[in-house]
Amino acid sequence: MRIGVITFPGTCDDVDARLAAGKVGEAVALWHRDPDLHGVDAVVVPGGFSYGDYLRAGAIARFSPAMGSVVDFAREGGLVLGICNGFQILCEAGLLPGALLPNTNLRFTCRQVDLEVVRTDTPFTSTCEVGERLSIPAKHTSGRFVGDVPEDQVVLRYAAGENFNGSQDDIAGVVNEGRNVLGLMPHPEHAVDVLTGGSADGLKLFEGMARVAVA
Amino acid sequence: MSPSPEAQSIPGLEQAVALGLTREEYALVCDELGGREPNEVELAMFSLLWSEHCAYKHSKKLLRTLPTEGPAVVMGPGENAGAVDVGDGWAVAFKVESHNHPSAVEPFQGAATGVGGILRDIFALGARPIAVLDSLRFGEPTSERSRYLLDRAVAGIGHYGNSIGVPTVGGEVSFEGPYETNCLVNAMAIGLARTDDMVRSAAAGVGNVLVLFGASTGRDGIGGASVLASAELDAEDDSKRPSVQVGDPFEESKLLECSLELLDRGLLVALQDLGAAGLTSAASEMAAKGGVGLDLDVARVPLREADMAPFEIMVSESQERMLCVCEPAQVEAVLAVCEKWEVHGTAVGEVTGTGRFRVLRDGAVVGDMPVSGLVDDCPLYDLAPERPAAPLYPAPPAVLGREADVREALTALLSSPNLASRRPLFEQYDPIVQSRTVRRPEEADAAVLWLHDMGEGAPAIATSIDGNGRKVAADPYWGTIGNALECAANLACVGAQPLGTTNNLNFGNPEKPHIAWQLSEAVRGLGDACRALEAPIVGGNVSLYNEGADGPIYPTPVVGMVGVLPDPRRAGRLGFAAEGDAIALVGWGAEAAPSLAASELAKLRGEALPDGLPALDLDRVVATLDAVREAVRADELRSAHDIAEGGLLVAVAEACLAGGIGAALDLGDSDDVWTRLFGERPGGFVVSGPREALDRLGERAPVELVGTVGGDALEVAVGSLGERWALAELREAHGALAPLFP
Repeated sequence: MRIGVITFPGTCDDVDARLAAGKVGEAVALWHRDPDLHGVDAVVVPGGFSYGDYLRAGAIARFSPAMGSVVDFAREGGLVLGICNGFQILCEAGLLPGALLPNTNLRFTCRQVDLEVVRTDTPFTSTCEVGERLSIPAKHTSGRFVGDVPEDQVVLRYAAGENFNGSQDDIAGVVNEGRNVLGLMPHPEHAVDVLTGGSADGLKLFEGMARVAVA
Repeated sequence: MSPSPEAQSIPGLEQAVALGLTREEYALVCDELGGREPNEVELAMFSLLWSEHCAYKHSKKLLRTLPTEGPAVVMGPGENAGAVDVGDGWAVAFKVESHNHPSAVEPFQGAATGVGGILRDIFALGARPIAVLDSLRFGEPTSERSRYLLDRAVAGIGHYGNSIGVPTVGGEVSFEGPYETNCLVNAMAIGLARTDDMVRSAAAGVGNVLVLFGASTGRDGIGGASVLASAELDAEDDSKRPSVQVGDPFEESKLLECSLELLDRGLLVALQDLGAAGLTSAASEMAAKGGVGLDLDVARVPLREADMAPFEIMVSESQERMLCVCEPAQVEAVLAVCEKWEVHGTAVGEVTGTGRFRVLRDGAVVGDMPVSGLVDDCPLYDLAPERPAAPLYPAPPAVLGREADVREALTALLSSPNLASRRPLFEQYDPIVQSRTVRRPEEADAAVLWLHDMGEGAPAIATSIDGNGRKVAADPYWGTIGNALECAANLACVGAQPLGTTNNLNFGNPEKPHIAWQLSEAVRGLGDACRALEAPIVGGNVSLYNEGADGPIYPTPVVGMVGVLPDPRRAGRLGFAAEGDAIALVGWGAEAAPSLAASELAKLRGEALPDGLPALDLDRVVATLDAVREAVRADELRSAHDIAEGGLLVAVAEACLAGGIGAALDLGDSDDVWTRLFGERPGGFVVSGPREALDRLGERAPVELVGTVGGDALEVAVGSLGERWALAELREAHGALAPLFP
């Protein structure tokens, strides 16, 4: 099981994503300028501030050579997980519905939040149960999800009282129609080890991804 | 050798004085130039390098008295940052720096570039930055300007640290009237490196090439160090906005990765960041350390504005730039790495054997100065310290009446700006990126960072930054000792042994005798404390002339400390954890009573500062710290929290709030309930754990069992007094800062 993690200039959470991927398989560093995905079984588009995010978050990164290949990979059914800035990039690339607007408080906010698993019929949540709560940190300035998204594509919601960014219908994570691309604002890669994550709940998403990618 | 005819005209003495040089210093500059007067380029360079900010001319003699050596020291003062050994061939580099005056003028960019600058100091050594902490001082939040400065400075720190992927793991903020017109923004950064891979900044090798890389050079920040940092602020500060630099964390993120890759591939001889005084300072310091000369051609420096004069290019403080020295054969490889990271790199000069710093433009000499004269020959001044006969600072306004009872006093303290929860601030920072953070803010007294890069069995470091200015104003010697002990106590609470110390001395105008006295006494205290703690000073910064129209700031020596703990899984927490655990006070015995002098309660009551603080038995405090640290390391305690601002009752309330569980205390009889509950002094702790564990701790340090963890309220009995606060009530009081960040 080889999981690729793309690094753009300005990406911050790539090391964390590789550490998390390394717990369920082999982490492979991918470079934004390189269109070759090196035969990985799944791709993580990690968090950070690609190209500084001085334009709209993710607006420039979607044009990188690596993202061109990720779009093709996803259209062929390859598993893609977009976290935070990665979620924003996948929306910009048209792989996921909706958009991420500035938080209602207009501030960068970092908080450990509880998520509720809404659906388990995606590879990523296949090891969870419906209604299960995952404690995962979220940290972003533009995480307010808005969009016309079918109910069956909403996979994760903020639990009651946890939606600090003002996301529509408490939506925290969505999949594409094919259910092989997941984007979420909270950071599962920062919750894979109780020593540093406060919980290891985020590991479940990586385990689900690895289980299906190998199958 | 004299400058060619292309050089600018001679600005003369009056211009030199306007740039901050004294008449005597100007005469010395002329001597350095063989008797001729400096031209525009030379005068700009000398006036900056001989400014207080660059030359430490009023503090260097004092700083030489500080302890700088110890078994763990890998790199001491004089390099871009200090570094200490954390085992297995790894070192941790760290330093604190101030960006006070830029932040007072433009808080967002001032604070942001403060973070950017200290991060460059760390990766200039070849260390990957792994943490940022900040220490902030503002006027009371009742003032609209203070709220604006706080809001924008916090946003600026977050903007830079969050965007560059370095966690902001800790810090402190306090609010006091004397900072109203002169806020303090100090930032500390920590980096991790293999000891053998760390690089120094000494240029070497005649014929080697100087490569400037990073952002292009503009007119921003011209004179930042001399105009802003080496003079008092006044009412015309808005006109100084152009002297404040503008930060670009994206550029710095690329610069960081580019620098570390250049070093990792062994392509560099030396590396230095561009900070205050820009190219002038970076290049001349590299040359001075290497005992070499330099030729630098300003026509080759990439510019934002085409018509910049040579002196402007030499003194620009445009951010996100680095200067390196490499062998001629490596230039192509260096530039290729720059290209990979989309960083602009340009060869701008070369190392010479002349000992002269020659500034060229298209090959014509426009400045020619001895390197040693620029860097080493600035005159150092003796201070003329004089203990003030009368108080320097007015009493703060009273916000808590004498008639208030203990019940009211605790909620007033918990909701006061200095003690209320910092959550609304630190939630604007990313404390977890890089997957090292074992203890986040408000989980423990110190931040704890796991050094997972070191592989199996990797240790963690703990870090804290502290600097109570009010106590130092009351007693510069014992107040400064208190700041260092506070850091060490925070480290002890997570189980960490101090390895080294950094400091930022924020003071007023040292040419005034009373400020000179504060500074001398503070440095004496810092030295004594660091010697007692065996935590030598490995680097730091001095920020003087912190005065506004209302007078000087509280003298504020900010102390940052880094320590190591072998097992990150055993890192201590501050919150009570288990129903039925016993609660004990450690090192809080009657032989060294706490005092209300300069305490938070005294401040709320509007009391004037006392003249002096009670003396301490340093050896006894250090022994208590050792005992607490060992108990935490042995996993004996379930919580450990030092008794700091607000005293015993505030510390217990904080432990309740952090753990989400109540406590019942019986403090026995007391002839002075107020001092018992709210008195302060360094070296005391509130710990909880099984009764037997606390008994074992009592064999090593004075332990007083005072209560039990449990319930959903804090209950206190002392003498005839009995009080009870529901946790919800304490939590509401503690959340008082939230409205500042709507």
